[in-house]
Amino acid sequence: MIELIGLTKQFDGFTAVDQVTLSVEPGEILALLGPNGAGKTTTVRMLAAILRPTAGQAFVAGYSVTEHPREVRQRIGLLTEHPGLYLRMRGEEYLDFFGRLMGLDADECERRARELLARFGMPEAWNQRMGTYSKGMRQKMALVRAMLHDPSVLLLDEPTSAMDPHSAKLVRDSVLSLRHHQRAIMICTHNLAEAEALADRIAIIRRGRIIVLGTPAELKVRLLGPPLMELRLTRPADGVVKLVSGLVGIKAQGEDWLRYSTPNPQGTNPLLLQTLASHGVGVVTLSEVPRSLEDVYLRVVVEE
Amino acid sequence: MVALTERMRAVSGESLRLVFTLVRREVRDSLRDWRIVVPVVILTLFFPVLMSFVADIALRWVAKYGAPIVGDRLLPFLLMVVGFFPISFSLVIALETFAGEKERNSLEPLLATPLTDAQLYLGKTLAAMIPPLLAAYLGIIVYLVGLYFTKGWTPPPILVVLIPSLTTAEGLVMVSGAVVVSSQTTSVRASNLLASFIIIPMALLVQGEAIIMFWANYNVLWWIVPFLVVVDIILVRMGIHTFNREGLLGREIDELNVASLWRAFRGHLCWEWWFFGLDVQKMPARLRWLGTLGGLYGRDIPAILRRSWLALVVVTVGLVSSAFIGHAYAARYPLPPEILGLEHISAETFTELPAVGWLPNFTTWGVLGNNVRALLLAALLAVFSFGTLAVALLMAPLAIVFFFVTQVAHVGYSSALFLAAFVLPHGLLELPAAGIATALAVRLGATFTSPPQGMTVSDGWLWALADFVKVFVALVLPLLALAAAIEVHLTPFIVMWAFGG
Repeated sequence: MIELIGLTKQFDGFTAVDQVTLSVEPGEILALLGPNGAGKTTTVRMLAAILRPTAGQAFVAGYSVTEHPREVRQRIGLLTEHPGLYLRMRGEEYLDFFGRLMGLDADECERRARELLARFGMPEAWNQRMGTYSKGMRQKMALVRAMLHDPSVLLLDEPTSAMDPHSAKLVRDSVLSLRHHQRAIMICTHNLAEAEALADRIAIIRRGRIIVLGTPAELKVRLLGPPLMELRLTRPADGVVKLVSGLVGIKAQGEDWLRYSTPNPQGTNPLLLQTLASHGVGVVTLSEVPRSLEDVYLRVVVEE
Repeated sequence: MVALTERMRAVSGESLRLVFTLVRREVRDSLRDWRIVVPVVILTLFFPVLMSFVADIALRWVAKYGAPIVGDRLLPFLLMVVGFFPISFSLVIALETFAGEKERNSLEPLLATPLTDAQLYLGKTLAAMIPPLLAAYLGIIVYLVGLYFTKGWTPPPILVVLIPSLTTAEGLVMVSGAVVVSSQTTSVRASNLLASFIIIPMALLVQGEAIIMFWANYNVLWWIVPFLVVVDIILVRMGIHTFNREGLLGREIDELNVASLWRAFRGHLCWEWWFFGLDVQKMPARLRWLGTLGGLYGRDIPAILRRSWLALVVVTVGLVSSAFIGHAYAARYPLPPEILGLEHISAETFTELPAVGWLPNFTTWGVLGNNVRALLLAALLAVFSFGTLAVALLMAPLAIVFFFVTQVAHVGYSSALFLAAFVLPHGLLELPAAGIATALAVRLGATFTSPPQGMTVSDGWLWALADFVKVFVALVLPLLALAAAIEVHLTPFIVMWAFGG
């Protein structure tokens, strides 16, 4: 649905996007993460056929962005970094304008617009001048504009950046429902928790190049090592270390707890519990130490 | 075939639908902006009434002093003014079209719609044009109705057609120019600064029109309408060619990067070594200049002339036309035969030429300097006139030559002999050199309206400038020098041999 092959963009000798190759399948959400100026917005603009690639190729909904830019723009929904609304217009007029440009007839446009406004909890926006909207409403209106013609591909730049938690949840739920409708979605964001919650795969871009790409779980294993488990015991950990050191590599220990890493928790953990039980050691909890996408991101971006 | 026609009709219908969707939004937005609406209403309703009132008072006043002609001329003049003032607001709207949207961050969503570049450009242009134009027509009507009921004055029918035509053409020029400016700048402020390139010529034009209105020679004003239409076509073409989404979004600051421009110019100025297929790198160092010259004359200059073919055709057509113009004027305005006494020509005739104020010293350097100066001036004028004035400047001397060629034939001399003696010896070199230089100057101006494919306007212009510099120095200058030497040292002897007493 979205395919980038060696996509490159240069501005006056500066390479903003460098040989990016990736794809997003229907029903998949890909989060594009990276520091400011990494090339996220330039990539999205090329996919929206606004900027022309210097080299490489990109296909959106089966159309080449260089050969068929009009067809590409017909099939995408673009949420730009800034909402960019016409503040003197009312919500109704604004959505009617973009609906018509996207080829919707008036009735269909109104039906879709009202449905989306209701879904995002702002039906009253229909009759209000957009100049009176709050920041979050403006962001949601821009999202309604992007989704109005039910595009098969959505390119969302910071979709919830200006929203309150409730609105952000509504938007996230909406994006997730689009995944179930087989839409291909690319999200550029700095909100790592949101990316982790939404994305099937994560791509981290830096200085125009994709430096890592994979599912959140894959990236954690690849960049932070095997999962780290924490075992809490009913008695001091000192005596237990000897029992389990043959099974797992102990990373840290406290008075009544210890942490170990294992590349295969499914196999190791039951064996470990059996061993402890057979020696009469009581286990309070065994859980994976949470490792966030932020750790992955910082490892990749900062340490690089 | 029928299916294709149907498809084309559907496509153009769809295209127009998108354009009008954009126009409707933009017009609606303009009409909600009090900064536009208030002045337009004042200029449309209040100002024409005021002008009717002023005209009434002025008529009575000048009648007291027995100068009714001033009043007669004032009424049509004010008709032009009430039309022009509202249309001047189109400039404000048009300057804001792209730059304003970019500043408000509303441009990117628009660029991500299926609108093509041409549809966007056309929609924005029409939207900037329609409200002020309607206001101008309304202003004209209010003024005329006011005068009809107060003075019973009705304009001559020619003015009823002429003034709206002139107003429309002026509005189109201002809007097309302003949309070009707006699409090439990053902010409204920068647009407003660059708007002086539109305001100053328009102000001069309107002043000229005012003089013509008081002169009451309305036929002259009719010539301004097609002139403005041609300018408008050039500007629209320029706008569509230079408009691109990438430029609109990619440009963040209006920075003049002299180093980068110089690098680009130097890159275009360089050429590859070539010498009849030999490997110049392997040639002895003292012979490598052959590769430099071979590359320039054997490869680069022919390539430049090939890519300048259209400009060369334009110049050739201009030169042929100038010959016809000279011939036609000679038939219309015959000179007295005694002026053309060629048998009295002597060596002194040539040495005394500088006595005629605008002719150069009759030395090789004098003639060469004059020709070089004229061609460089033509190149400079070409830059500011989309190339047109360069052609006009070359046409003028040739028209004069053919004016005299025809005149001498009328008084019984052989025009072929006149041409062969006076013009051909040096003209065989001078005319091609001047023609080539002018063609490259035309490219310097035309690049603004139509940059080479894949190039920005600035890069295309630097390419044209590098071509001009190379050809001027390496080809035109040597030819002109040789022609000047022939003109000074050989032509007078041929003329005296052919005609002298």
